[in-house]
Amino acid sequence: MIKGLITIAAIFLLTLQTTMAQDDLMNLFDDQSATEYASATFKSTNVVIGQSVKVPAKGTMLLNIQHHFGPVNSGFYDFFGFDQAVTRLGLRYGITDWLAIGIGRTTQNKTWDGSLKVKLLRQSSGARVMPVTITYFGLMGVISLKNPENNRYVNFANRLSYVNQLIIARKFSSALSLQVIPSYIHWNLTETKADPNDILSLGAAGRIKLSNRISFNFEYHYVLTQKIAENYNNSLSLGIDIETGGHVFQLFLTNSAAITEQYFIPYTDGDWLKGDIHIGFNIIRTFTIVKPKEFAKY
Amino acid sequence: MKKILIVITGILFFTVSTQAQRYITKSGNITFFSDGPLEKIEAVNNKVNAALDSQNGMFVFKVLMKSFVFEKALMQEHFNENYVESDKYPVASFKGKVINISDINFKKPGDYQAKVTGQLTIHGKTHPVKTTGTFTVNDKGIKGKSQFNIKLIDYNIEIPSIVSGKIAEEILITVNIDLKPLKQ
Repeated sequence: MIKGLITIAAIFLLTLQTTMAQDDLMNLFDDQSATEYASATFKSTNVVIGQSVKVPAKGTMLLNIQHHFGPVNSGFYDFFGFDQAVTRLGLRYGITDWLAIGIGRTTQNKTWDGSLKVKLLRQSSGARVMPVTITYFGLMGVISLKNPENNRYVNFANRLSYVNQLIIARKFSSALSLQVIPSYIHWNLTETKADPNDILSLGAAGRIKLSNRISFNFEYHYVLTQKIAENYNNSLSLGIDIETGGHVFQLFLTNSAAITEQYFIPYTDGDWLKGDIHIGFNIIRTFTIVKPKEFAKY
Repeated sequence: MKKILIVITGILFFTVSTQAQRYITKSGNITFFSDGPLEKIEAVNNKVNAALDSQNGMFVFKVLMKSFVFEKALMQEHFNENYVESDKYPVASFKGKVINISDINFKKPGDYQAKVTGQLTIHGKTHPVKTTGTFTVNDKGIKGKSQFNIKLIDYNIEIPSIVSGKIAEEILITVNIDLKPLKQ
């Protein structure tokens, strides 16, 4: 009896001793000096139609194929918008983890765009706490239509438009990320004299993960300044992200026919309530151009 | 009753009295490699924590999953987001023992075979691991090396059906550490 007790006690103590000795060693690594940065706040550089806070990683290039079909309520004759699509091809390259440059071409007005994304702050926890990630997005558009009869584009400056956004995002959990997007848009030459050259807007966007690879996304931009005309609406887009290895597919519904911000923030004319919306998709493919230094030897 | 007390006191005394010599690193290297028909996946972590107690052979590792660097940044994001879920399970750990610790003379430089067993925790799942490696003792410390395979299924790491059969289900882990004596 006593022998048994001794054995049990000894085994128990030896096990305890092992665990204690291991935990003791583990405690050597406890330090509070580590800072953990939030990653993958959004899967893609676009939330739905507009920009997310994400900047491509250093050395990676993204090819973005964007499509907004015509209005769904155009009916069977136009095959629910299939016959009229606005498309954009874009490339974006991450020079560093916080700076990316981009170039794109949209069918609408044969517009070229050059853009810049700069990550200013990174959300983090641990030693250094930062509640949000902030990215600046700047874009310049150039209309490349031939100079029309009325000499509208006689000056090069008349072809230019600008977008400035400050994208403020927080990843609340792995399932929920939200961002607010104040925008300032400037057109050198507007369609009519009544149209304002400067437009201010405030946007909100977010994603809710439905599974590790699929998420529901939304994006809304509220124009704060004078509306250009009565029939313009605020832009609202709802979509699904599907991620498959090297691609992100984004399928969405939007009341914006246009693809880039200087067009879709002030000039959205679709109305959700009338079914005047567009089916659209983005296909974003990632290419690794420069490998990280750990793999530089290959 | 007296005997029990003596044994207990003895064990406790033994625990306290052995002022162990410890070896530690915070910049160990772990790589993993898997070669599937679709993707060759390789990742490097140069910030591995490891510690060894040369007296009782206790041997532990602590690895931050987000410190693994991949050839493709996108793979790294998928690894953290979809496979090992680093937000939920930020740390992988190994708690084990060098079972033939008495065969290793830490005072005499040379190569020694080490047999290691223990519990490896990845993705919140713990599974026993048994492997052999080499300890190279020199006057500055100990270099440790080992290679072993783990199965993703043992750690509840799911491969989506769309790529199943195209990504290897077994992964080769290579450990390289350079342990230095811990200054008391």
